[in-house]
Formats: sequence, structure tokens, C-alpha cells
Amino acid sequence: MRTAVSALELLEPRSLKEALRLLRDEGPLVPLAGCTDVYVNLNFGILPQKRFLNLWGLDELKKIRVRDGLLSVGALATYSQIIASPHVGRRAPILAAASREIGGVQIQNRGTLGGNIANGSPAGDSLPVLAALDAVLVLASSRGTRRVPFNGFYTGYRKSVLAGDELIASVEIPKTEGRQWFRKVGTRAAQAISKVVMAAVRDGPSRIALGSVAPTVIRLPRTEAVLAGGGSVAEARRTLEAEIAPIDDIRSTADYRRRVSGNLLEKFWRETA
Amino acid sequence: MKFSLNGKTVDVRAHPMKRLLDVLREECGLTGTKEGCGEGECGACTVLLDGEPVNSCLVPFAQVRGVTVKTIEGMNGKHALQEAFVTEGGAQCGICTPGMILAAAALPKNASLDEVRVGLAGNLCRCTGYEGIYRAIRKARRA
Amino acid sequence: MPSVGRRVPRKEGAAKVTGAARYVDDISFPGMLHGTTVRSTVPRGEILSIRHAFDTSGFTIADYRDIPGRNVVALIEEDQPCLAERRIRHAAEPILLLAHEEKEKLLAAKVEIEYRPQEPVYDPARSEKTFKEIRIEKGELDRGFREADLVVEGEYRVGLQEQLYIETNGVIAVPENGGVTLYGSMQCPYYVHKALKVLLGMPGEKVRVIQTETGGGFGGKEEYPSMIAGHAAILALKAGRPVKIIYDRVEDMLATTKRHPGVIRHRTGVTKDGRLTAIDIDVLLDAGAYVTLSPVVLSRGILHATGPYRCGQVRVRGRVTMTNTPPNGAFRGFGAPQTQFAAEVHMERIAEALRMDPVRLREINALRPGDTTATGQKLGKDASALKVLREAVRRTGFRKRRRQLAGSDRGIGLALFFHGSGFTGGGEVRLASKAALELTERGARILVASTEIGQGTRTMHAQIVADTLGIPFDAVEVSEADTARVPDSGPTVASRTCMVVGKILENCASEMKKKLGKMSRKQYLAKHGPLIITKEYERPSEMVWSDETYRGDAYGAYGWGCDVAEVERDPDTYEIRPVRVTAVQDIGRAIHPVLAAGQIEGGTAQGVGYALLEEVVMRDGRMANAQLTNYIIPTTMDTPALDTVILEYPYEHGPFGAKGVGEMPIDGPAPAIVNAIRHLGLDVREIPATPEKVMAAPDLARAESR
Repeated sequence: MRTAVSALELLEPRSLKEALRLLRDEGPLVPLAGCTDVYVNLNFGILPQKRFLNLWGLDELKKIRVRDGLLSVGALATYSQIIASPHVGRRAPILAAASREIGGVQIQNRGTLGGNIANGSPAGDSLPVLAALDAVLVLASSRGTRRVPFNGFYTGYRKSVLAGDELIASVEIPKTEGRQWFRKVGTRAAQAISKVVMAAVRDGPSRIALGSVAPTVIRLPRTEAVLAGGGSVAEARRTLEAEIAPIDDIRSTADYRRRVSGNLLEKFWRETA
Repeated sequence: MKFSLNGKTVDVRAHPMKRLLDVLREECGLTGTKEGCGEGECGACTVLLDGEPVNSCLVPFAQVRGVTVKTIEGMNGKHALQEAFVTEGGAQCGICTPGMILAAAALPKNASLDEVRVGLAGNLCRCTGYEGIYRAIRKARRA
Repeated sequence: MPSVGRRVPRKEGAAKVTGAARYVDDISFPGMLHGTTVRSTVPRGEILSIRHAFDTSGFTIADYRDIPGRNVVALIEEDQPCLAERRIRHAAEPILLLAHEEKEKLLAAKVEIEYRPQEPVYDPARSEKTFKEIRIEKGELDRGFREADLVVEGEYRVGLQEQLYIETNGVIAVPENGGVTLYGSMQCPYYVHKALKVLLGMPGEKVRVIQTETGGGFGGKEEYPSMIAGHAAILALKAGRPVKIIYDRVEDMLATTKRHPGVIRHRTGVTKDGRLTAIDIDVLLDAGAYVTLSPVVLSRGILHATGPYRCGQVRVRGRVTMTNTPPNGAFRGFGAPQTQFAAEVHMERIAEALRMDPVRLREINALRPGDTTATGQKLGKDASALKVLREAVRRTGFRKRRRQLAGSDRGIGLALFFHGSGFTGGGEVRLASKAALELTERGARILVASTEIGQGTRTMHAQIVADTLGIPFDAVEVSEADTARVPDSGPTVASRTCMVVGKILENCASEMKKKLGKMSRKQYLAKHGPLIITKEYERPSEMVWSDETYRGDAYGAYGWGCDVAEVERDPDTYEIRPVRVTAVQDIGRAIHPVLAAGQIEGGTAQGVGYALLEEVVMRDGRMANAQLTNYIIPTTMDTPALDTVILEYPYEHGPFGAKGVGEMPIDGPAPAIVNAIRHLGLDVREIPATPEKVMAAPDLARAESR
């Protein structure tokens, strides 16, 4: 049953600076961006927190640009913005591909990249893309900013190194030379939660990331090493199947996830040859 | 708080965390916007924010400050889509219809059938198998 | 100009596209409270204690002791309490009701209930309680098996399916005039009326039930509204104020009825040249915790269990048993989609075993005019199984396409099916439905309890009346379904609203026309005063049926259908994408071609969901995926291109020849799709055929050579 709103409090900063100050002085606060996750939880009555911080109006966090060879995507950039961005199309086409597969157009118009990261679901569709592209997160607080490799961000199921007074400000994606590859396997053809989602870059060495097969999104260093060392894709597949830890849940089975992950690895290898 | 609703500036008082869906239905008396799931899956609560479809069950009222909101009541009732949804079987039980029409209104002009399907993938209809909806959109385009 | 067969604008169309249509949650009353239901959290046990862990000031709280009449949801059996007293039989059983002026206060109210749990039963085959057993027998089964060259056996499984109307269940109860007026989203106002009379211990005139615009039903609002209506009425009487209860999606999915899951076993004798000599079928359905409509679902299930085939020696045994899960109930098709899934996949397996063209096997055995069904019903000349089959095969180039696709990642399959319109022979006689027509200055006003739930009842009835009276469609009005104003036309279920109720209305209109003679309506009203003609269902004189022996004319008429499905397999993900479904269906006469096509398109899409996507995951007696995010129905991207063909082989006792159309379309897609998957070489015998099941499916060549 829904959470009663009368007990909730919303703080509304007018700038990033003010937002960071409120996080420091008034925390803990739950940051609100496009609300496509937070409001689902409020509607199900499963969010214990009562105090929120509205970031939606902070235009400085919405920019997508290329600077110093880095593609920088503001945390509040929506999936629709990402899909439409020529920078993303050129630099990180698999980020656009992942964004196109998130929800329907209504969700794409509101959901943000920063929100997907902060929500931290192992099924988050953009997350394997960021993992495979070796993205770096820019975390801001009133203490300053720091850069954290995306692949070191999560510490466990929906746990991360983000401090209580920090916000995800932007995502930096380094220039990638190899061919990018993405495939989401959802519960249906659209508006689906991933059962397996893979993003990969064919390069020397290749980079492979999977969602929905472990408590967090994961890179597959052992599998990557097999391929980098000239091993066969069949060998890499065997390594992958041992490297992931999928489970049975209401959406799929561990067996399915393991076998499909292996199939996707072979497909990636075939299609980027 | 002020925002533009169906072409008029309105000043509405409500809790900033209240869902836009509830503000529209309760404070504004516009019950054409429907709730089907409360989780952003069905699209029955679709309204246009600055012309773009969103699920109003997932929008806090605070986030419509200064924004243009359009609901089914803001279509003039004689819109080609509205008429075609009646004649082509685009509306059966009618509960998804307001959201479906608004999502359809936001489709690119001359969208192909594939683009229509992508654009409406966030609106569930359990009655029509979507065929009547595609017919209605095709017909409205010719009108 | 006649309106039957034309695309007149639907009566409530303008209201639905402008947002003006008023659904129950769009309505409120002064002083209205909001109500909510506290439910059990254990599947089986006894209530030990109940504690209100919240400030109860301003709340109305009701339990079974507040029920003025009998604590039952009156339907077929009176076994289901409206509010549990002590014993709990499923994990969403209503126990306590709360109401408050502010929704927000309700959201925060916590109730703690202590139980003594008992061991639940989830396997219908191991149930201690059988709610109903039915048997059909024709000819001598042993002789049929002796004549067979080959015996093919198989077991088929079907899962639960959620109706998933987009408007959740909801009602408002208003205490007035010493009784209750109940507004709500529903299919059957008189079911609710009957249930409230019993629950509240009130005479019929104190209970008034008014259907509000209803956002889909599909059977899910056949019997369940009696439960939620009872809850709102109990609260409203206790509070002395109107009470609204609207379920959120989670509660609606957890607590309300679903399609019965089942296990169907076939054993069939067939000659080398493809003639069926013996059919032996065993049907087991899982009722859930209470009887609800299960005996009738079982009845329709076994009456369709053979599929539309002729055979002299048939035995069908069916039973439906109790388990500790929320009760299952009506869902479009009502038992027939379950049993015809099994019948048509089994037919495909017989063709595989005989190495025979699947179309040829069906042609040999399809019921023809003059043939008799399993119950001995002799079919009339509208029995069009061969016609729909040949049209579907011709239209899709089935045989050629099947050869072209062989060995590829695409497969094509078909299913032939039928669906009885209306209640069974005995059922319609017992219902004795009434419809009425009132003369107005402009034309006429229809008074029926049949509800508009999206399918076009108002429009289709008005067309029948307009043409019978010879007046324009616009001159016919339709009264709202309000038990204070309309007679009991029986429930809006079972593909009966056009064929059965429409026929009664046609009779009303014929008599009205006779009464008017050469007089104008104005003249008649001035001279004789108001004119309301009420008519009752008349059994066609040749119809004979026995509920005791299950012999005779099971249904007044049958619709006939053939679906062809083409699917594509993703070799990496085992996903089956339905590419196209061609649905050829004989419905007697399409009163309104767009509405009729809409029924076929919508039913087919639901059938595609049933076949591939829709899986209710039960854990510890509860639906574990009770959100739209996790119970998956088809979006635009999951729904194949639908090619709909309506054939018209009229039924002499239907209005303008019409037979039923509402349910039949959901019988075909699941077997057609699974047969297309079989064409891909995968031995699937269970739905939904999710990628996980497709991945695990044995290779067909190996499976069938065993």
C-alpha cells in the first residue's frame, strides 16, 4: 500500500551548491531526479525514508558534452536526451542503445542516468554499458569533487561508495576504439526488466560486463583474460559460466541466465569479429 | 504553485510530494487521467509535460513548477485522434484511452507502424490487441 | 438505413475519448469514507488474535460480527465467507475492514494478527476436497481403442492467468432509504444484488446496484465484485456514510480471481489413415480455496475438451479440487482455453505420430453439419469447422509456408477450435433472463442488466433494436445497468450478451412494432400511456439437455475458429516472437464489424500472452509477482500483427443470425503458437512457453521417436 505523503518532506535547492549544503547539513536525504524508481517504491509503500531532496530543476546536471576527449553525461540527463545526443551516438552508441530499451517513452522522458546508477539495481540496463566503457563517476559534495571508477563504485547489493553527503554529478566516458556491443534480454519485448543484459567492447583487450547475474553489475576479468590471451570463445564461455553467480527469482532461473550469458558472449564474439 | 494546465495558468496548493496524478484528479477535478498500476508500467496516467508524455503517477507535484501540463481534458474533444479512436475501435473499455491518445498525440508526424509501436510501448491496452489503435492513428493522420 | 452490419459510432465512444466517462474512482459523495481490507498473511490456519496497532479515532472498523445477514458471498455454493471468522483457507482472505475520511490515515493503519498456521495444500492432485466431478460418455471406449491402429497419449499443463483489466476492482456503497445503493465496476449487477441481499439480510428492494463505466472485465469482474461490494456495504452501514473501496494493483492481483490452472491428459485411438476412434480425456483443475464458479468452469472445460472433432467413442472425466490459494474464477473462455490447448497440441502430436499433414488430420476429423458432439448434440448447418480451417489455410498459404520454413528459425502452426455461446442448455433455462424495451417519443430505450465493459454491449443491442423497429440507430437509447430500473438479463458472461440477450431484445422490439401498428410513437404514448415490453428467454423447442447425464444440446450454438500462428525463435535467448496470427472466426453474424473484430483482436492478443508471457508465480500460496512490472502482459512490441477474418454462418435463433464472439478468440492462440514451436522441432506441452521452458524443451525428433 502507498506511503502517505503528508509525512514526507521535500527540500528544494535552487543550485547544486545549495543541494550539497542541504545534504551536508540536513541529511540524510533521498535525492529525487526523474522519480521513476523512488515513486514506484513510494507507491508500493516500501521506502522507509521520509525526507527528500529535489534535484530535478538543477539544469547544470543535465548537460551532455565532450571535453578533453571525454564524453561527459550529466547525472540528470534523461534517457530521451541520451538517445537524442549526437555525442553519445558517436562516442557511446551502446549507451543510447541501452537507453532505448529502458521502459517506454514515458520512463525515458523522466528517468536519468544518475538515477539508474544511484538506484543500483543489478538489473539496471545502463550499468553494464558504463562498466564495459570504463566510465568514471564524478561525485560532488560540499567537500569538493572526487572521481571514482564506475567499476569500483558498487560494494554489494545496492551498496556503493557514495557517501551520505555526496551526489553523482556526472559520468565521464573515455574515448573507446573497439566495436561496442549491447544486448538486453528482458521479460518481454519492451518495458521489461532484464533477465540478462550484456555490454561489451571488442578491443585488445576486450571488455565484457553483465547485469542481472550477480548482486551488482559485474565485469568479467577472468573471461576477458581468456580472450585477451588468445583463448577460444568456447574456453571463454566456460570461464564466464563459472565467473557469474546468477540466481532463480520471479523473473527467470539461474540456469537460463547462465546459458544465455554464454550464448551472448559467443554472439558478441561472432558479431564483432 | 503555478503551472500551465491545458492552456491556462493555474495556481494549485498541494503537498510537493503528492503525485501529479492525484493533484490532477483531486485538486484540479480532472478525472480523465486514470491510475492503472502506480508503478509506471501501464501508461494509463500519461499526461504531456511540456509536450512530452510522462507517467503522472511517478511525478511529484513539486516538479511541475513552471511546466506546461496537458491532460485528456485539454484535447478539444474534436481532435482527429479522438474521433478516430471511436470509429476505428481504438477505445473499448476506455480506461487506457486518455493516456493512449496523449501518447499517440506526441508521436512524430508520419511515424511508421514500427515507430508507432515503439512510441506506444509504454501504454498497455488489454482490450484491443492494439490493432484498433493503429487503425485510429492511421485514420487520424489522413484526416 | 439499417444499422446491423454497419460501423455506427459506439454509444459511449465520445465520453471515453474525452475523459468524460465516469469510472467508479472518478465518483465521490459528500461525507464519503475510504475503505480498505485487512487480509490474512498465512495460507491456512486459524486466527488467534487481532490487535489494532494504530490510533483508531475517526476510523470505522468492521469484522464478521458486523454482518447483518449471512456471512457468505452467495454464488453457487455458500462456502466463502465475506469476512473470515476464525478459519483461514488462503493467504489473501479478508478479515477486517477499515474506513476513514482521509486516505492518508488508512495508509498508516497497522493491524497485527496472530495465527495458528496449518499445513497448506497446493497440489490439486493431492487435495482432500473435490468441489465437483463431471463425466461425459459416448459410445464404447474399449471398442474405439480396439479399432485403433495407434494410441497417442499425452499430458498438457496450463498455468494461472490474471485478467488484468486496466481498471482495478472498485465500488462505492451509499447507505440510503434504509438500504444500500452500490456503485461499482462490474459485469453482473444482479450477482452483486443477490449477494448483498443475503449478506445484509435485506429484501431486494432495499438493495440497489448500479454499474459504473467499467474499465475491462474479462471475467475478472464476474463474481469478485460481490465480495468487494459486500465489504463496502458492511462499512457503509456501520458508518452511516458512503464508503469507497478501490484496490490498488497489488491487492487486485493478490486477492482476486484468476484463470484456473490445470493438467489435462489425453489418450487417443486413431487409425493409420487418420480417423479418430477413441478419445479418453482426464481434466484436473485447481479451484483454489473456495468453490466460486469452479463447477461451471469445469463444465465448459470438459464440454470443449475434445476440440471440434467427431468421434463415436468418447470419455471425458473432469474434476476440480480445493487448494490453499486465492480462489480461481471466471476468465474469458472459462475452461475452454485450458482444455482446447491440450486438445489441439495433442492433435498436432497425433499428426506427428502418423507423419500426416496436420491440416489433413483435422479435415478428416472436423465436426460437420449433422455430426454429433461428445454429448450427442447434432450440429446444425452452421457448423463451419471445415470452412474456417480451409479459409485459414488458404489465406496463409499454410502448407507451402510450412515447407518453406522447415528447418529455419521460423515455425508455423495452427489450431482449430469451437466455443459454445451462452450458458449450457440447462443453464439458460434456469437463468430465465429478461430484457425490456421502453417506447420513447424519439424511439426506444433499452432496459437490460447486460453491462458495457468495453465489448460494445450498448451499441450492439441498440443496432438490433433499431433495425427490428425500423428506426435510426440514434433513436435508441440504452439505460444504465441499474437494478432499480432494468430487469435481470442474466450475467454479462459466456458469450451470451449478443446471442441470448440480444435475441430477447429483438423479440421485445418485434412485439413493440406490432403493438404500434400504424400509429406513431407520439400517438401511441398519448393514447395508451407508457409502453414497456418485457420478454424472457425462450428455449428453442428442439433443444434438449440433461445436467444429470451430460447428454444433449450443450449449447444453443457454437462459434468456430481457426488460428494460424507464425513465430520466430531467437537461438541465443530462446525467446519466441509471435510474428503474425491469422484468426478466422465464424460468429454467425457480425452485428457491428469493428466491435466484433475488436473482440477477436483483443482476445487473440490475450491468448498470445497466455501462450508465451503471462506467468503467475506462486510462492507459499501467494502471487509472488503481483505487480505489472513482473506479471508480464503483451505491449505493442509483444503483440504480433493480427489478421482477422470474420465468416458468417448464421444461427437461426440468434439475432440476425449472430452467435457468440467474446470468448472464442482466446481459445486458439496458445495451441497455434505451441504448434508453431513444435514446427521448430521443440516438444513443448505447457504454457506459458517462456524462454526458460523453451530452453529446456526436448528436441522433437528425439522425443517422438521414443
